[in-house]
Amino acid sequence: MLSKNRIFTNLYGESTPSLKGSKRRGDWKGTKALMAKGTDWIINEVKASGLRGRGGAGFSAGMKWSFMPKGGKLPNYLVVNADESEPGTCKDRDILRHEPHKLLEGILLAGFAMEAHTAYIYIRGEYFREAEAVQKAIDEAYEDGLLGPDAAGSGWQMDIHLHRGAGAYICGEETALLESLEGRRGMPRLKPPFPANAGLYGCPTTINNVETIAVVPEILRRGADWFASLGVKGSTGTKIFCISGHVNHPCNIELEMGIPLKELIETYAGGVRGGWDNLLAVIPGGSSVSLLPKEICETVTMDFDSLAAVQSGLGTAAVMVMDQSTDPIGMIANLAHFYHHESCGQCTPCREGTGWMMRILDRMVAGEAEAEEIDKLLDIANQVEGHTICALGDAAAWPIQGLIRHFRPLLEQRLKKAA
Amino acid sequence: MPKLTVDGKEVIFEEGMTVLQAVEQAGQEVPVFCYHNRLEIAGNCRMCLVEVEGSRKPVASCAMAAGEGMVVHTKTPMVKKAREGVMEFLLINHPLDCPICDQGGECDLQDIAMSYGRGISRYDEPKRAVEQKHMGPLIKTHMTRCIHCTRCVRFLEDVAGVPEMGLVGRGENAEIVTYLDQAVTSEVSGNVLDLCPVGALTSRPYAFRGRPWELTKTPSIDVMDAVGSHIRLDSKGNEVFRILPRVNDDINEEWLSDKARFCMDGLRTQRLDRPYIKVKGKLQPTNWQGALGKAQELLSKTDPDKIGVLAGELVDTETFYTFRHMLDMMGVNHRDCRDPGQHLDHRFRAGYVFNTSIAGIEQADACLIIGGNPRFEAPLVNTRLRKRFLKGDFPIAYLGPEFTPGRDLTYPVQHLGERAKVLEDLLNEKGTFAKTLKKAKKPMLILSASSLKGQDAMKVLALVRQVAETYDLVREGWNGFNVLHNQASRVGGLDMAFVPKGKGYDTQGILTAAEKGKLDVLYLLGFDHPSLKDLPDSVKVIYQGHHGEAGASAADVILPGAAFSEKNATYVNTEGRIQQALAAIAPPGEAREDWRIVKELAGRLSLDLPFETIDELREGMALENPYYQYREVLHQNTWGQFGRKGLLAQDHILGFDEDYYKTNVIARSSLTLAQCAVAGGWEPEDAQQEVTHA
Repeated sequence: MLSKNRIFTNLYGESTPSLKGSKRRGDWKGTKALMAKGTDWIINEVKASGLRGRGGAGFSAGMKWSFMPKGGKLPNYLVVNADESEPGTCKDRDILRHEPHKLLEGILLAGFAMEAHTAYIYIRGEYFREAEAVQKAIDEAYEDGLLGPDAAGSGWQMDIHLHRGAGAYICGEETALLESLEGRRGMPRLKPPFPANAGLYGCPTTINNVETIAVVPEILRRGADWFASLGVKGSTGTKIFCISGHVNHPCNIELEMGIPLKELIETYAGGVRGGWDNLLAVIPGGSSVSLLPKEICETVTMDFDSLAAVQSGLGTAAVMVMDQSTDPIGMIANLAHFYHHESCGQCTPCREGTGWMMRILDRMVAGEAEAEEIDKLLDIANQVEGHTICALGDAAAWPIQGLIRHFRPLLEQRLKKAA
Repeated sequence: MPKLTVDGKEVIFEEGMTVLQAVEQAGQEVPVFCYHNRLEIAGNCRMCLVEVEGSRKPVASCAMAAGEGMVVHTKTPMVKKAREGVMEFLLINHPLDCPICDQGGECDLQDIAMSYGRGISRYDEPKRAVEQKHMGPLIKTHMTRCIHCTRCVRFLEDVAGVPEMGLVGRGENAEIVTYLDQAVTSEVSGNVLDLCPVGALTSRPYAFRGRPWELTKTPSIDVMDAVGSHIRLDSKGNEVFRILPRVNDDINEEWLSDKARFCMDGLRTQRLDRPYIKVKGKLQPTNWQGALGKAQELLSKTDPDKIGVLAGELVDTETFYTFRHMLDMMGVNHRDCRDPGQHLDHRFRAGYVFNTSIAGIEQADACLIIGGNPRFEAPLVNTRLRKRFLKGDFPIAYLGPEFTPGRDLTYPVQHLGERAKVLEDLLNEKGTFAKTLKKAKKPMLILSASSLKGQDAMKVLALVRQVAETYDLVREGWNGFNVLHNQASRVGGLDMAFVPKGKGYDTQGILTAAEKGKLDVLYLLGFDHPSLKDLPDSVKVIYQGHHGEAGASAADVILPGAAFSEKNATYVNTEGRIQQALAAIAPPGEAREDWRIVKELAGRLSLDLPFETIDELREGMALENPYYQYREVLHQNTWGQFGRKGLLAQDHILGFDEDYYKTNVIARSSLTLAQCAVAGGWEPEDAQQEVTHA
């Protein structure tokens, strides 16, 4: 990919994250002029760019913004989800600490487009230094008049509040995040009503991922066509991939969407430890999506539709690579422990199902289960998936379904051996 | 009207209905645990999943708004599988202790598992066990059984207005708790026992005492306050085992106050079960002949002007009617049914009832509370006020003394002060609340009957009437003037004109006269008062009632009567609604229905009361008060110049300072309620229940 197409030019923190440095890199350039083109122009431009949400679900960002009512009696709110807790994911973290002004400028533009005067950044509690960095950037922006009553000289009032979470994975779910932000227990709300109708304090609210908002200024500056020309159909633009696990150079890297997974790993992450043939499986989009065995990894490309076609997903684009030394059952059991620990306890299938699945998997790891229990486990996972209030239930079920889909012979073998 | 299709059948639904309601309208059953039509929707049990065409996933019908043209299926394999799955998840960690669970036989989990469960268990892991929680004297917990539906949490938060319970911990480890194991002190906390769909929260006083199928269920009316809640008395043998609410949207919806729910042990203790007469200063058991003979002797020998009659807080209307007839024939003028010092104008019915009606509160758009404390005088009127408050746009003001911390109302009020002068300001349209009242389309005021005490009472009543008139509270189709009583007998007594006749003394007057020896005979009809123990020996006391307390201790003759659970009787609630209670059990021992005792006594005094049966008696009541022809309904009441104009001597409004759990003799005899009084901070920890044996 051509480096001029990169949006996050200071992703690795090689330069300063300060306002001065950011401006040198092109941030806050012509913000006022962009806003002068009007809210409809911004929304249409974002729609035309094909930008899809970077938090995991991949919903069209422009579409989401267009749901916000205009000129209503209640205030509109923009909430930025910086509660990056998906295992394997650390893309927002680099934006928050190295490119905070991209986020703040994006908030001003997006907030203006959806007629919000107030934005909240809900940041993961563990991101202590990152919260400091963001707060410093906010202070700089206020001082420079980029935020406040006349933000960037546009005449639009924009205030940004930073709120630190307390470290619950579920608070990354948008409605649980709102509950937490309002001071209540972080438990997902029932939808409908969707946040665009009744969100924070019952007011129209849009919740966007850090990366989604941070790419908006560049899209508007360079034009929707530029962004849409990158990537592939249905998954336009660039995306930060977080590659971790058994690779030689784990890293965050911004690349065009649609890049083959093999190229991503081999070219940009230094290859699989011990060579490509030592690869066992890859989780392509964070802990919530199904893993992919090596056969699929050979050919699959990293975009929303291709990964959905192989019953996995792009998720947060957190690529976790496992080589042959990995026990996939133990790996999924580990994830099951995570979901069991993070289930909020509100609705039945997730509350009861995550623990049950975890215990069966633990026994399977140790070879202390019956082979018939594989089907039982799959059935339980199916009973959880799609029956819960939020997507945590789905996220707990998908990795297990994937394990059984791709590694059933291994499971059967282990359980038979034990018997 | 919009339509949708349920299992191939088209149904019309109302705008704002949920899919669940529409499906039920179509005659299909939907199993639910967390959903309750009087609570906020939670959507967390996932039992009500149905299939809606166009949705990939099953939909929680309780939380989804019904939409035009929706196609809903409740019997497809997808729905069956979803329900079986949820049922299985609910059961995996639920203990198999149904044989020793008090919910057995009326357990939603049992019933729904029978209809929608798989019937087999696939769970091989260890079951979760949860530590027991302490929730006070009323709620017995067995939290391992909890299915986390949060009905209890939502009830206390929304209906009771005191968020005393909550969910802590996450996922499998989530538990319903009270803050630091404190007791739940809400005056309506018992309702969580009805709401709990499993045996996690059960009644402590009823623990292990019976099974629902063994109990005889009698519909009746509660008398612990003047709300007149509809109740069901569950009895076995000759004992009331528990009291539950019946659904009545006009009065109690489906809630019940704790006092009403847990007073049943008060029905068993301290009972007068045989007649007594005092011989040589000591009460001796006797038979009815002896007791009635002695009463006849006392009454016939005494000058009617030397006789005083006082009626207590639980007297039924039939007894009032019978007794007043007898007193009229005897020419006894000193008689009263009101609290000592209390003034209420019985001449105009609109002046002493809750005209707006309890359900009518929901239509009001502004409210002024004068004196008292609705939360403890009438908990279920208070929940209605809170319900109205939660709907929004309902400014409420309060005039009276500051509430004791923890006894405040469950909705924000504008405190106008405690001086009656504020009423005069209101008359002159001074103050911000005057503007609110002026603007309101359906304004209401609630005057606490317990604050109408002392020399100013009638003047305060007149002032409040003038306020009502000034702000047009009484208009075509709306009457916003309300008197809130806290004693079940009061409205019936006033309806039956059981008040001083001519120059007769009122309650305080009779008590004072008796203390000074100006009366020779005092007839107490279920009337107990601490001052009775100071009566001079010259005053002979006849006590008719069901509990041995201050009145019976002072008595020379005791005529044992029946409690509300033991007689067919009419009670009139604070709205003026005439309601009939049915006897669930027989009176203990030789005790009798009260009106019959009076009738018998009248016969012995050669007074011929013109009725023999209770039906004839009720016909007589209906002839005297035409609105007694119709039970359960409300009547247009006559408005008039009630109260008495004049200058106020003292200038403050009275609050409600009684112990909520001790406002009548049954409640005072209940050990459970005594524990509640301690747990709720009404009484110090070491308070011993005062027991006065007859």
